[in-house]
Amino acid sequence: MASILEINNLFKSYGSVEILKDINVAIEQGDFLVLVGPSGCGKSTLLNCIAGLEPITKGTLSIGGQDMTHVSPKDRDIAMVFQSYALYPTMTVAKNITFGMKVRGVDQATQDEKLKHVATQLQIEPLLNRKPGQLSGGQRQRVAMGRALVRDPKLFLFDEPLSNLDAKLRVEMRTEIKALHQRLGASMVYVTHDQIEAMTLATKIVVMKGGVIQQMGTPSEIYNHPANLFVADFMGSPAMNLIPAKTKANGKGVQIEIERSSGAPITLIDTKNKDLPENVILGVRPEDIADATLRGGEGRQEADCLIDIVEPAGADTFAVMQLGGKHVTARLHAETAAVAGKNLNLAFDLGKVSYFAPETGERLN
Amino acid sequence: MTDMSYSPPRSGNRTVKIALRWTLYIMLGLFALFYLMPLFVMVTTSFKSLDEIRTGDLISLPREVTFEAWRTAWSGACTGIQCEGVRPFFWNSVLIAIPAVLLSTLIGALNGYVVAQWRFRGANLFFALMLFGCFIPFQVVLLPMARMLGLMGLAGTIPGLIFVHVIYGLGFTTLFFRNYYVSIPSELTKAAKVDGAGFFRIFWSIFLPLSLPIIVVTVIWQFTQIWNDFLFGVSFSQAGTQPVTVALNNIVNSTTGVKAYNVDMAAAIIAALPTLFVYVVAGKYFVRGLTAGSVKG
Repeated sequence: MASILEINNLFKSYGSVEILKDINVAIEQGDFLVLVGPSGCGKSTLLNCIAGLEPITKGTLSIGGQDMTHVSPKDRDIAMVFQSYALYPTMTVAKNITFGMKVRGVDQATQDEKLKHVATQLQIEPLLNRKPGQLSGGQRQRVAMGRALVRDPKLFLFDEPLSNLDAKLRVEMRTEIKALHQRLGASMVYVTHDQIEAMTLATKIVVMKGGVIQQMGTPSEIYNHPANLFVADFMGSPAMNLIPAKTKANGKGVQIEIERSSGAPITLIDTKNKDLPENVILGVRPEDIADATLRGGEGRQEADCLIDIVEPAGADTFAVMQLGGKHVTARLHAETAAVAGKNLNLAFDLGKVSYFAPETGERLN
Repeated sequence: MTDMSYSPPRSGNRTVKIALRWTLYIMLGLFALFYLMPLFVMVTTSFKSLDEIRTGDLISLPREVTFEAWRTAWSGACTGIQCEGVRPFFWNSVLIAIPAVLLSTLIGALNGYVVAQWRFRGANLFFALMLFGCFIPFQVVLLPMARMLGLMGLAGTIPGLIFVHVIYGLGFTTLFFRNYYVSIPSELTKAAKVDGAGFFRIFWSIFLPLSLPIIVVTVIWQFTQIWNDFLFGVSFSQAGTQPVTVALNNIVNSTTGVKAYNVDMAAAIIAALPTLFVYVVAGKYFVRGLTAGSVKG
């Protein structure tokens, strides 16, 4: 089956500065691909390359099975939503939405029909005669989506479309984009620096750093099996705990030792993994450290820990402690008995931990 | 936001404040009077008869208002051997200024659009050289330009003068439009490209409709420059194509015997009226347009 978008060995440089290095990505019809990474990682440049707004230095790019490497944006059968919405300020909402069709010479009846359809779909009929300056941020966002939807393209491109909205509206629009994707079954490429947006929206995530793809996979793969320390640290909030530890071979598996300033080292036994180097970085998600009295079970190893800070967050309570010279966060039940300055028996879920090599940052298990 | 909770340290200085405010107004009023004095003398003199000028006081109001000097200045005063007033020259100026203003504004808008939104290799150098054009003393280019106009067969013609004004206006018009367009997010151009619009379509449908404030600024600037120009007008014209500024000079300088001050003044006012008119009508847009772009809309 032909991919809807296929990028092979793409390089992009400005002069002697390499922005993107050897990018290979392919998605199928109906996929929601999210490009995520810190600012300056090249994710927006990659999106502009897909759109044809930036020429590619080396490599090939095809959309819908056709080579588009040197095709101009208008002939790529794409639609794009921009961070600043990029609505045409002097045109009404209706004119904004139909501008593309007008340029392509679509007849008036079809234009009206499509405009009506999209306006109903996005509930923006009352706004059609207004200018963008008279709209709120959320309304502008909708109009920008409408301009993309009306095109009915092979591929939708989103460049941080929610980052100009306030927190509440952002969550609402996120849900709406997800619903839209499910309803249309369209293929989308979405750029964001917000890892929660990436996790919630994507069927496939590409994590980028310094113009290089760090990991590509489903949200669950990225979250549960991060390929390196960067991905582990970047995805998830609060971030994954990355604790320096020493390992020792043990009859049943591996014995892990974590230093701590107060008292003897913590010793945990991992029965699933073998053959680890002596020095590792242990990656544990905050939710994999639980109250031993409330949750127990298989694969869990208990340890008595001194809690430094307790942060109630409503649904959860975060407990922060000092292990291996790092702050370690545990996501506990709201009604936990944790008290700052006192010890608490915590259960580490070793079935879900990651190990990384301290020198290279690569995943070991 | 102004701080509403601010109160003066002492309540007794209210009178001092009012006194200071009035001093300021009086000073400003005096300055305004000082600047308006020449205009006052010009206007009153133009309505006096020659006899009255000879016998009367320079700054007194006319005893008897007469429009004779205005009539002579418009259609009878002698500019050298020809005695048709400033009228034919006034129309020459109109024929030069209007096309030159429109052309230089349009080309400046296109230049600015390219430099600000279609970055190309060497765009900065190109813009720097355009800016250089703003600061060239025009005396330097007189001879080469005369040669150019000769080669093009435009020497001494109105199209020749239009050409010169368009070329030397481009530095400023490009600067104005470039600075205006550079504040427009480039995503707008990108969105239009994805929508399928080309170079001119984007300019015409998206950028020009946004440009009213800066068009007003450019038109006022260019109109004032071109209408008031004397150097190019006197250098590159011949009898029959001279602009009004040259005619004014000829009226004042070529009279023999008694100086007709009233006619000179009337002719000078006529020559200055169009620019005055443009400032009065569009002046507020001028100030607004100059600051536009620096503030987000």
